[in-house]
Amino acid sequence: MIELRNVRHRYGEREVLRGIDLTLAERRVAIVGSNGSGKSTLARLLNGLIVPSEGHVLVDGIDTRKDARAARRRVGFVFQDPDVQIVYPTVEEDVAFGLKNLRLPRDEIARRVDAALERFGLSGHRTWPAHLLSGGQKQLLAIASVLVLEPAHVVFDEPTTLLDLRNRRAIARVIRELPETAIVVSHDLDLVAEAERVIVLDEGRVVADDAPGPAISAYVARMG
Amino acid sequence: MLGLYLHRSSHVHALPAGWKLAGLAAAATGAFFVADPAPLGALLLGCLGLFALARLPARTAADQLRPLLPILLVLFAAQAAFADWETAVVVMARVCLLVLLSALVTLTTRASEMIETLERVLGVLRPLGVNAGKLSLMLALTIRLIPVLFDLMQEIRMAQRARGVERSALALLVPLLVKTLRMADTLGDALEARGYDPR
Repeated sequence: MIELRNVRHRYGEREVLRGIDLTLAERRVAIVGSNGSGKSTLARLLNGLIVPSEGHVLVDGIDTRKDARAARRRVGFVFQDPDVQIVYPTVEEDVAFGLKNLRLPRDEIARRVDAALERFGLSGHRTWPAHLLSGGQKQLLAIASVLVLEPAHVVFDEPTTLLDLRNRRAIARVIRELPETAIVVSHDLDLVAEAERVIVLDEGRVVADDAPGPAISAYVARMG
Repeated sequence: MLGLYLHRSSHVHALPAGWKLAGLAAAATGAFFVADPAPLGALLLGCLGLFALARLPARTAADQLRPLLPILLVLFAAQAAFADWETAVVVMARVCLLVLLSALVTLTTRASEMIETLERVLGVLRPLGVNAGKLSLMLALTIRLIPVLFDLMQEIRMAQRARGVERSALALLVPLLVKTLRMADTLGDALEARGYDPR
């Protein structure tokens, strides 16, 4: 469970989040909002990549302000553009990167890399240079590299924005089938509609928090 | 080194990265003590033999030299003009040998193996304040990001052409720099999110 208690965040003088109180306990939560509504900042707060200017974010009881590293171990983060997330030149090396950071034994790393590549259909590409993969395969690699660390929760920051329809559907299927809890920040209303709960942000505030139907209607109405 | 690794099942691929790098260093040094075209020719043939042993076609070896052809021709002409034909042949053979051996190492060694070896070697310098982990990651990111930045550059160039700008270094460099800095920022977040500890 991730809790946000009276969270405010500022970049210099500009306040992007203005008092957010949320408890995220559902298996699938989606966050929508216009550009500049604060949703990417909120996503980064959820795994301690940034700490709030005011208030607290608790990941399974761990305050990101006190131990951001421990919080990050519990919350995986998939970025919009996989090219900025893939660190190593080849597919299997990149999946192994996070595991090496955890200083796991070699045979454990090999076992988990094999399982992750199999799970995301990348076994046939394990020795491929990452830059030769398609956009959808790169996003799958980015997801595999995060999920191989076995986080309890995964935050997806606009995971389908750069993809075509086929790859968007493939990523949506992967998210649908995840056993981990997922928080999806997206403009993709098809993806958002699959969540159990949808939170709508506008100008740094929660303006709707409901089941997908009414929350998406509220969002569309606000967008004019 | 630039993401050129070609996966094959061969004895050359199976050799530890440290041995290959040490062999490359020894061969590179040794080549400067050979001033006779005949033994250098034999070494070149031996190098091509290593490509075959690594199950890499002769075309792959030729691909390594092709981009250097204009430089090699200028070098050959300069040596032939200012020294003599034999010196020109020897210099050419040395350069080709070094390029082919370096390529052989990079084509048969995974970046992660190379980086782990580098980390071990640089680890000796830790008491002097050298952070081997940071340097190795820097190398991995360089290898990984060269094709990404190349694609980005092509994209910006096409966008400029679409707006009628054919050749302008400034029009290319400014958006490239802005996008690269933005990418570096997100990459830093991604490293943290994946548990990277710079200490």
